[in-house]
Amino acid sequence: MAQFRLPANSRIRPGKAWSAAEGAKRTKRFVVYRYDPDGGGNPSLDTYEVDLDHCGPMVLDALIKIKNEIDPGLTFRRSCREGICGSCAMNIDGTNTLACTKAIDEVKGEVKIYPLPHMPVIKDLVPDLTNFYAQYASIKPWLQTRTPAPPDRERLQTKEDQEKINEPSACILCACCSTSCPSYWWNGDRYLGPAVLMAAYRWFVDSRDEATGERLDELEDPFRLYRCHTIMNCTRTCPKGLNPAKAIAETKKLLAERQH
Amino acid sequence: MSLRTPLGRVLGLGSSGGGTGHWWSQRVTAVALALLGIWFVFALLSLDLSSRADVSGWLSRPLNAVLMVILLGVAAYHSLLGTEVVVEDYTRGSARVLGRVALQFAHVVVAGVGIFAVLKLAFGG
Repeated sequence: MAQFRLPANSRIRPGKAWSAAEGAKRTKRFVVYRYDPDGGGNPSLDTYEVDLDHCGPMVLDALIKIKNEIDPGLTFRRSCREGICGSCAMNIDGTNTLACTKAIDEVKGEVKIYPLPHMPVIKDLVPDLTNFYAQYASIKPWLQTRTPAPPDRERLQTKEDQEKINEPSACILCACCSTSCPSYWWNGDRYLGPAVLMAAYRWFVDSRDEATGERLDELEDPFRLYRCHTIMNCTRTCPKGLNPAKAIAETKKLLAERQH
Repeated sequence: MSLRTPLGRVLGLGSSGGGTGHWWSQRVTAVALALLGIWFVFALLSLDLSSRADVSGWLSRPLNAVLMVILLGVAAYHSLLGTEVVVEDYTRGSARVLGRVALQFAHVVVAGVGIFAVLKLAFGG
């Protein structure tokens, strides 16, 4: 059965609280999920008060400030701090998004920060995305052709054809969409999830790719593709404004089309 | 604990090559039910449901009886497709297989009983 309650060792307990530095005028409370795999205890929610007058505008700025100045043990992924690497994907104020592009003042009240939902947690805000990356590898996300490349130039595309891959290839694989999907929560071991299905779709609409049939064969499965029930959390949550639900719907249409 | 690679686990038994028929049938039966449902509601409004003779007389007309049998068959099939998805979503392993078989049995029985009832009224009154 699908699990509706967290296992006993994953249930969250109250944690520590840190006050803002004395003299801080504009403070914001950040409630952050903490889990230490070496401690053996349950996860907890730690509370940090951050002086916004000495902090950058984004949630990631606050996390970095907390790590630098309050609690060096706080663990999270981050790299580009401009919404293109996908490392700092986490659940902020109830929505999966990128900490680096989520402004602190967009959140009313305290800022609640959890790791991406329903993934094994390695430490604090760092989820284990091994399965997600393996699923991405499984769809062979590279150009497949039988026609050899022209000897004197690259494979050409019209401008119109190129524009078709603009949106699906803008995905940064942050996993916000897949980990917001209830179907992925229940059956993530077999359902590929919106991010990977959109990555597959990116090759269906690539005019240079010659493996559409084989790619569709690989997806035609009640679990790999058809666990999508158009819940649309993926499209709602995508921090890049992409539409994985539409890519999945288009894939289903392609599968129907080749039967008629 | 398994030492299978993550990619090996994801590839698993491979693609079943199915699912499109199920998805397509769900949509076609939904369209059919919408049309049959409208017809059924209008039919109910024109009938005196407290009178067995009235209902039986209505069902003895071939078009009404045929449409009722089709409605029951399509409704049962659509319900089976939908509830199968629920079982697939929320169960695992043998429970998933047993759940689906139980649903298939139950839906055939329900459709059979319903169709028998229609035919009995249509032919016998």
